[in-house]
Amino acid sequence: MSIFNPFINFFRVLRQVVKGNKWYYAWVGLLSFFILLGLVAYFKQLQYGLIETAMRDQVSWGLYIANFTFLVGVAAAAVYLVVPAYIYNFKPIKEVVLFGELLAATAIVMCIMFIMVDLGRPERVWHILPVVGKMHFPASLLAWDVIVLNGYLAINLFIPFYALYKLAHGREYNMQIIKPLIIISIPWAISIHTVTAFLYNGLPSRPFWNAAVLAPRFIASALCSGPALMLIIFQIVRKIYKLDIDNKAIFKIAELIAYAMGVNLFLFAAEFFKEFYSNSIHLAPMKYLFFGLNGHYNLVPWMWASLLFNITAFVLFLLPKTREHFFSLNLACVLVIAGVYIEKGMGLVIPGFVPGTLGEIYEYTPTMVEKYITIGIWAAGALIYTVFLKFMIPIYKGELRFKSSQSKQVG
Amino acid sequence: MKDREKNRILTKHISRRDLLKGSAFGLASLAIPIGKADASFWEAFFQKHFREMNRDEVKAVIARLEEDYYKKYNKRFNIKTTEALPGTLFGYGLDLSRCIGCRRCVYACVRENNQSRDPQIHWITVLRFKKGEKWVNDLEEAEKYYYPDEVPEEGYFYMPVQCQQCENPPCVKVCPTQATWKEPDGIVVVDYNWCIGCRYCMAACPYGARRFNWGEPRIAREEINTNVHYLGNRPRYKGVVEKCTFCIQRTRGNPGRYPACVEICPVGARKFGNLLDPKSEIRYIIENKRVFRLKEDLNTQPKFFYFFAT
Ligand code: SF4
Ligand code: SF4
Repeated sequence: MSIFNPFINFFRVLRQVVKGNKWYYAWVGLLSFFILLGLVAYFKQLQYGLIETAMRDQVSWGLYIANFTFLVGVAAAAVYLVVPAYIYNFKPIKEVVLFGELLAATAIVMCIMFIMVDLGRPERVWHILPVVGKMHFPASLLAWDVIVLNGYLAINLFIPFYALYKLAHGREYNMQIIKPLIIISIPWAISIHTVTAFLYNGLPSRPFWNAAVLAPRFIASALCSGPALMLIIFQIVRKIYKLDIDNKAIFKIAELIAYAMGVNLFLFAAEFFKEFYSNSIHLAPMKYLFFGLNGHYNLVPWMWASLLFNITAFVLFLLPKTREHFFSLNLACVLVIAGVYIEKGMGLVIPGFVPGTLGEIYEYTPTMVEKYITIGIWAAGALIYTVFLKFMIPIYKGELRFKSSQSKQVG
Repeated sequence: MKDREKNRILTKHISRRDLLKGSAFGLASLAIPIGKADASFWEAFFQKHFREMNRDEVKAVIARLEEDYYKKYNKRFNIKTTEALPGTLFGYGLDLSRCIGCRRCVYACVRENNQSRDPQIHWITVLRFKKGEKWVNDLEEAEKYYYPDEVPEEGYFYMPVQCQQCENPPCVKVCPTQATWKEPDGIVVVDYNWCIGCRYCMAACPYGARRFNWGEPRIAREEINTNVHYLGNRPRYKGVVEKCTFCIQRTRGNPGRYPACVEICPVGARKFGNLLDPKSEIRYIIENKRVFRLKEDLNTQPKFFYFFAT
């Protein structure tokens, strides 16, 4: 009978995924609607080309790459859980670390989608691979990114899937197998940020990106937004699935965000000082961001809002009183996510191109097609994560068990 | 009016073809192709990197492309693959004291190199500066959009910028697929059938030299130049990057021809030659005039020399 087991198990998972209450269906329906919207917009973009976006030769990357950059940051979140969970054996976090890893995997999948929709010739993407294509390794940082992102995806899919597979069969997972993977996932998470930062950093043609502080700042801000997103998700999951997530874990993560944000703000101040005090011609992009340049102010309100959000959130996370109060905690989470989304998204990509290399100022404002596609990808990410949680939490809680030849049936 | 009509027909034709190629509906490419047109689609899809192909493969590709272009533009193309001549390293000189900012080079280049007319693509950008203002380096005072009745204008001077054919090209370094590279004669080229359109090279180029085909490139049939080079002025595709190639289709030959911009310049501000030939004009200029290159602090080592003859 055991050869049928995988099929039976698959249907068990499938049944778990398609069955739900009306809120679940409403949520999935909503996400599907946005995905459809994104798909329609994407077909239009495929047909007419990237001219459907507001990107042009002067500003050749925009909203897609901005989202990509932000999501690479979110993917780091897992590491913030992995370190306390496995290295310091902090029990409360250990229980939720699997969900963090799944979030990281989802974020990477979204990153890949954002890169795909940004390509002029998506059907040729295999040209970037080694052997079948002509990967420009090690010279091109984009080649590095392909390697580190896919590696990170593999690690963050393997660990939770392996652990849950074992749990589904009613067995403990083998730490011997997981441990080394967890150890390498730590530097690996740092590497996806570093490589993505270097992607911009290594271009002397763009003075705004060509600052050594870029990679450290990437990591600092990533360690704010990702965990903040996770805190919100944990609370929702805890509510819906009646999952035991210790408050201690949540407060600990919040405390860690405060430190990361402190570093991020300090690095920002260092950058700000250097540019404005030295007041060289390379100040232009910074000026464009915060004060406007020659009558162009598109990003100014956003950047100040982002700064304000980040500082407020920093204070809220830092003070134990506000940190351990759920209203202020959640407020801080939202502020951090919004603040970093602006800062590491459009606030990073656009000033690389404004002013352009020939001194031109092209103000970029994304088109509807870009916005729909972006929303569609976010919805797709949310759907992927929802589905993951839908069958993984019951496994995790012991409610869903696989049929297997060795272990006894439960439930 | 007639042009308009033709353009329309051309466009229609293109979009139908696109549908065939499966790019209009991404999923169509997953369908199993049957019939002849689809066979050529798969050949195009699996086409190797230009430098990985042997002679026969190159021949087959050229034949297919000529056929494709014929279908698309109803004109016979001659696609050359002339290799670099040994002992050549091309260099360019631009005399800032002569340039009057008339943009004839811009349009000669568009015609010669089959740049898309709509959406409009120009490989050469002529910058205008106010005399006495700061100019080189970050070029933040440059004016690209000037439309006087007459040039030169009082109180201004001009600086055309195009691909500087860097000896140390950042665009080549960053390309993740090696779709762009530097040829032995120093020309930086793009394989339009290999480029994935990621635009990393555009971010890396310090001279704003690279252009992207944001939409389907369109050229009226009667304006097409059919004398083309694979790595140069052959018609491009939607979603790929292009740039100046020092008119590779002209300059690679024995005897070669001057680039179109050099030929057209009414004041003789543009010079071109072999940097390895001590008797060439470009060498004379470098050795005897006050020469500079753009953004030398970036160490890209352009082979494009600005100078002042008078
Ligand atoms: S000018 Fe730009 S496109 Fe031309 S070789 Fe240099 S970096 Fe590349
Ligand atoms: S746009 Fe094309 S040529 Fe430029 S870096 Fe990407 S693949 Fe290479």
